Amino acid sequence: MSTVAPSETPPRATTSHARELNRWWVVKLAVMALLNAGLLYAAYSALMVQEWAILGFTAVLLVVVNWVYVSRRMVPAKYLLPGIVFLLVYQVFTMGYTAYIAFTNYGSENTIRKDQAIEQILRTGDVRVEGAADLPLAVVRDEAGDLGFAVVVDGVVQAGTAEEPLEPVGGATVGGNGAPEEVPGWTVLNLGQILEVQSEVTALRVPFSDDPADGWVRTQTGSVGFQSSPRYSYDEATDTFTDLTTDIVYTPNDRGFFAAPDGSRLTPGWPVTVGFENFQRMLTDSRISSALLQAGAWTFAFAFLSVATTFFLGLFLAMTFNHPGVRGRKVIRSLLILPYAFPGFLAALVWRGMLNNPYGFINSTILGGADIPWLTEEWLARFSIIAVNLWLGFPYMFLIATGALQAVPGDVYEAARLDGASAFRQFRSITLPLLMISVAPLLIASFAFNFNNFNLIYFVTEGGPNIPGHPLALGETDILISVVYKVAVVAGTKQYGLAAAMSIVIFLIVGLVSWLGFRQTRKLEEVL
Amino acid sequence: MAVVDTTGSRQQAQRVRWWRELSWRYLIAVAAILYAIFPIVFVLSASLSSRGTLSGTSGLFTSVTTVQYDALFDTLFWTWMANSLIIGGVSSVGTVLMASAAAYAFSRFRFRGRRGTLTFLLLLQMFPQLLAFVAILLLLLALGHAVPLLGLNSKAALIAVYFGGALGANTFLMYGFFNSVPRELDEAARIDGASHSRIYFTIILRLVAPVLAVVALLAFVGSFSDFIIARVVLTQQDQLTVAVGLYQFVSGQFDARWGIFAAGAVIASIPIVVLFQFLQRYIVGGLVAGAVKG
Repeated sequence: MSTVAPSETPPRATTSHARELNRWWVVKLAVMALLNAGLLYAAYSALMVQEWAILGFTAVLLVVVNWVYVSRRMVPAKYLLPGIVFLLVYQVFTMGYTAYIAFTNYGSENTIRKDQAIEQILRTGDVRVEGAADLPLAVVRDEAGDLGFAVVVDGVVQAGTAEEPLEPVGGATVGGNGAPEEVPGWTVLNLGQILEVQSEVTALRVPFSDDPADGWVRTQTGSVGFQSSPRYSYDEATDTFTDLTTDIVYTPNDRGFFAAPDGSRLTPGWPVTVGFENFQRMLTDSRISSALLQAGAWTFAFAFLSVATTFFLGLFLAMTFNHPGVRGRKVIRSLLILPYAFPGFLAALVWRGMLNNPYGFINSTILGGADIPWLTEEWLARFSIIAVNLWLGFPYMFLIATGALQAVPGDVYEAARLDGASAFRQFRSITLPLLMISVAPLLIASFAFNFNNFNLIYFVTEGGPNIPGHPLALGETDILISVVYKVAVVAGTKQYGLAAAMSIVIFLIVGLVSWLGFRQTRKLEEVL
Repeated sequence: MAVVDTTGSRQQAQRVRWWRELSWRYLIAVAAILYAIFPIVFVLSASLSSRGTLSGTSGLFTSVTTVQYDALFDTLFWTWMANSLIIGGVSSVGTVLMASAAAYAFSRFRFRGRRGTLTFLLLLQMFPQLLAFVAILLLLLALGHAVPLLGLNSKAALIAVYFGGALGANTFLMYGFFNSVPRELDEAARIDGASHSRIYFTIILRLVAPVLAVVALLAFVGSFSDFIIARVVLTQQDQLTVAVGLYQFVSGQFDARWGIFAAGAVIASIPIVVLFQFLQRYIVGGLVAGAVKG
């Protein structure tokens, strides 16, 4: 509100400044209009795809936003709302949602809602229509580059993609073999181009219409198409699928699948709650529980050793250069904090290259062709990780130790020296305890950070070396968070439910550690 | 921790003293600096090497060419870099605005639920958003079904997720600084007729600029370096961030693409190293207040 527009009558004292006709008011109006438009659009799309929870939340948000920003009261809410909304959706809700997922079998095959799963089974299961006429066919691409088919149906050339059902194309020509040769608006692929995308072509199904019951065109050769029709029919009254080729009936089971009496099932399924099963597996499945125990112990050891090594190296350097006689302290400091300024994930990857065996710089050049498996032997890999983290972390500790040391009064040391205390005794009885007062909370924060230092572990060793034949493909240097990542993202069969249950365990551990830390530092009381 | 004797003794004694008390400190300084800069010098050398493989790195700066940098143009590196800068920039600015607005509200207004919200934020701070990445993935799957802009494979969605972590991580750091700005300033401005928003934008924000710089930097570095959430949210090659993209360079065929990775790493590190140099004096203050960089 830097300019106030000239007005005929002097502004009354009761007029809100936000209502003054100036450019900020226009900006505010525009932002509110955009926000309302966006929220209305989101609500409308949610309604269209029947996502009721999103619709409900958007509607509430729409009301709250307008209420808060149009009203002249509720000034604090105007400042808090944006941050709080994002916080509620992407942090608070996701935490609660994690807890919910932990009690379900969410996974690769159980991700979508049941009605979506039914639709997908209807759309994906198909069977060749016996006796139907073959269709001369050409493989084409549309302007967006999506693969499709052009076929000749009753003498008319029609073209479509997996998403766009067949439509007649005007002006198309048919070649000597009866297949479409030129299709305006589409690029016809030659044999060589078809071979490049062969597997996509044989998997492609172009629907005859929007209704899956009308079936699809498929091909195995790229030049002759055949007709296929849905393999399964869904009966809403009994909530069952019937396989039209074998008459086997699939009924929904308690694992979120349509299953036949012989146990075979249709995919995809939908998520269902499974109680404490995921937590039980963590405790009772010995391959999982032993790996989790190992990862847990290593996580604690890694986080503790990281804090201890970086702190003591940083402190040692800080004490060394905190001598008034040392010249160029500024230069030393700005060079020493370079590892801190260098992005951590890149540094981890650089170290991974340097520690490579046999090509890495350390083995091949510094150690003159040594054969040391820095990253591929279990204990050396752990050592390497701590060493890399020492490089990454000591500048931070050096900075905070320097800051804290300068706050320690010099006369205490003088008194100690007069009493005949040795240098080590001075360090142990004066420097360290005084330092700890200001540094302890930062050490706890650093511990909590390293506890989930996924980037370091994953970029230096990827959790390896692998534990031979482990069902979850875990490695010896995996920490808890990288275990969760592997279960949820890397694994072929993703087990989101199990991963969420593991996250909950980490949540509890991190919460406990932080709570102990807070209690130590009494930060809580300060606030309250 | 010796205190230097200032009562001018003879030069001889001073020299002995220099050797005894200071010389080793310089030796350690040299060693520590070598240790600190070696990997950086090494990656710089690898990026300028003519041989692009890890096995070719036998000495430092044996050749100086730009072939590795040229080779980056054949990859999607620059797209990833642009993605990272956009995502990092927007999430950094948004984080600063939202967290400072919240800190302003907590510091300057007394309202119902203030104490409760503050305590809640403090508790929330203990739980990193990173841990909920599975739920974030499934949430975005559902959101994308309704609003594709907020679903998987959208930069806007990733930024929104980072915004979600804005208050939890930074409000407290800022709250303390906001409290240190005397309230008398606000009151004087209010008497002169300034509105609450004017006080916020033109008085308070300017006075706490150092902490804004620190939070902006940490938010930028945080999103620039994030791997898990970016990897989960962005799937198409041309949407990736530089952290996910560069990781792809080295996963699998590390040896073969070492040179090109090194060139990418040097370029990717420039924005952050430069920001650090600019903001160095603010950062040291912010660190002591409890900031941790990833």
